Amino acid sequence: MGMYRTMFLIRRFEETVNELYLEGRIPSTLHLYIGQEAVATGVCANLRPGDYVLSTHRPHGHSLAKGVAPRAIMAELFGKASGCSKGKGGSMHVGDIEKGVLPAIAIVGANVPIAAGLALAAKMQKSGGVTVCFFGEGASNEGAWHEGINAAAIWGLPVIYVCENNLYAASTPFSKAFKIQHVAERACAYEIAGATVDGNDVLAVFNRAKEAVERAREGGGPTLIECMTYRQCGHSRSDPRTYRTHEEEDEWKLLDPIPRFRQWLMDEGKAEAAQLSNVEQEVEQTIQDAIAFAAASPEPDPQDVYTDIFKE
Amino acid sequence: MAKMTIAEALRQAIREEMQRDERVFCIGEDIGIEGGFGGAFTVTLGLSQEFGHERILDTPISETAIAGVAIGSAIGGMRPIADVQYSDFLFCMMDQLVNQAAKLRYMSGGTLSVPMVMRAPVGATARGSQHAQSPEAFFTHVPGLKIVAPATAYDAKGLLKSAVRDDNPVLVFEHKLLYGSKGARSEKGSLSPIGEVPEEEYLVPIGEGVIRRPGKDVTIVATLLMLYRALSAAESLSNQGIEAEVIDPRTLVPLDKELILGSVRKTGRLLIVEEDNLTNGWGAEIAAIVADEAFMWLDAPIKRVAAPDVPPPFAPVLEREYVPSEQKIIDAVLSIF
Repeated sequence: MGMYRTMFLIRRFEETVNELYLEGRIPSTLHLYIGQEAVATGVCANLRPGDYVLSTHRPHGHSLAKGVAPRAIMAELFGKASGCSKGKGGSMHVGDIEKGVLPAIAIVGANVPIAAGLALAAKMQKSGGVTVCFFGEGASNEGAWHEGINAAAIWGLPVIYVCENNLYAASTPFSKAFKIQHVAERACAYEIAGATVDGNDVLAVFNRAKEAVERAREGGGPTLIECMTYRQCGHSRSDPRTYRTHEEEDEWKLLDPIPRFRQWLMDEGKAEAAQLSNVEQEVEQTIQDAIAFAAASPEPDPQDVYTDIFKE
Repeated sequence: MAKMTIAEALRQAIREEMQRDERVFCIGEDIGIEGGFGGAFTVTLGLSQEFGHERILDTPISETAIAGVAIGSAIGGMRPIADVQYSDFLFCMMDQLVNQAAKLRYMSGGTLSVPMVMRAPVGATARGSQHAQSPEAFFTHVPGLKIVAPATAYDAKGLLKSAVRDDNPVLVFEHKLLYGSKGARSEKGSLSPIGEVPEEEYLVPIGEGVIRRPGKDVTIVATLLMLYRALSAAESLSNQGIEAEVIDPRTLVPLDKELILGSVRKTGRLLIVEEDNLTNGWGAEIAAIVADEAFMWLDAPIKRVAAPDVPPPFAPVLEREYVPSEQKIIDAVLSIF
């Protein structure tokens, strides 16, 4: 039920910020997570407060799933002083280190070695903490990806690399950028655990991530999990999606992770329809509250541009 | 007081910081391998026996990973001292330094910090173009990075210790001809100044320059190897009746500009010496600051001596022409009298 709430929150958050963007209330472009909610949700449901998450240019879902406040993210998207980065980060850099989420790293693949570093710190400190690093399939053709995963492999670091294979790196299809069929095949090149999972099935993601997180906590080293999924929106707000067919989009809509999980909860008797609508209403209230908070928050003082560069 | 080389002073700084603070560790290529070099210039020689391989962490040849792991571990509460074998290799990790280390604090609204050190040897030393550059200026342009360049054993130890304790990313540029590395890793043509280093604890603050030679007629600003050439040039100029004040900024970011401005207000003349090539170097920034803030005190145009705008060459005769010489410094000073 918690996972349903998180997925629904991400979906409605993204749909809402898209509308706010169209109304001109959000000044930046947006990379929406719609369609991929099961990945962040299923993975982060296994994490503790002290664990770290590294995100990407498509970061709202990762932050929400790791517990960053919707108010703080919304205010950041509005460019307000009460945002999670005081308005200095914006959509592509949301995060909250208090919740274990680094400011999202929008240079593709660059978060992979940094995740290894956080995992190294946890190993040296014997904290038992793990680090999760999300990235799209496109990142796995970056040099930083290979250097970072190799380092994590040789040192046996407690890190879970989660590939969200949504089939397109911006407009470039998977087949144009890979000879292999699955990114997870690359795990064997580094002798780490690797698996491909249905990324639109939150339970499958949860179970695979659970195994990986437990292995990492017990000193068993890194895992590469490839989640097959689909971004229902364009790459960013300026993407008309003319490089793929409506038929393909329709096929994936049938696999939408949220109705699937909702149906499963009811079929299995885990939740009644009334309970689910209550959750959905709560989520709507949370989002309205976040918008009200963001709208009422002050802009940053222009003088704030000069602060937060060096720590004194 | 103990007498030591810069390599020994850096090693002692690392040793003391690792003893003082268990969060401090070293990460880099060939730094702790048994029977290896102790880093390209012996700075970490013997430390893996003392502290173990977990704290003197050898890496694959993966400069991006070295930087990224240093950044991540720093955010995660450690105090990494990373190094690259040659500063030219910093370009391999440019994204990690410029987009990540330097920006993450700002992007987080000041809620996290990246307390890491990156050490890098500079200087043209008969290795051709790709193991030779003095790239400090690239990094002085990056908001969020601190840049130090110690030229003596005293400063090497004191500045490295300050860098380890600083809560921000600090790049430490060291000169190959000043290390005084011994044995198979000694450098031909080394200057290797042996310096006095106190036995007791001390720090050299980041951001404070020092006057190495007082003078009243012209100010010469130089770092690392160029400092020693400037000091030699100053002795020759003294014989011709010109007393040069030689300033070692020691830190390029944040720059001790008051020290330089104060000197120029006294001497009325300024020469900046850089081993890097001329265009858009840190010397140009100092020239601009002085033109802006001490223009009325200048009695002559500001001069710069730097390498020409070509890659560092190999043949000794070419390299001698490339690296600013004592004679070029003397000629530049004489040209403004």
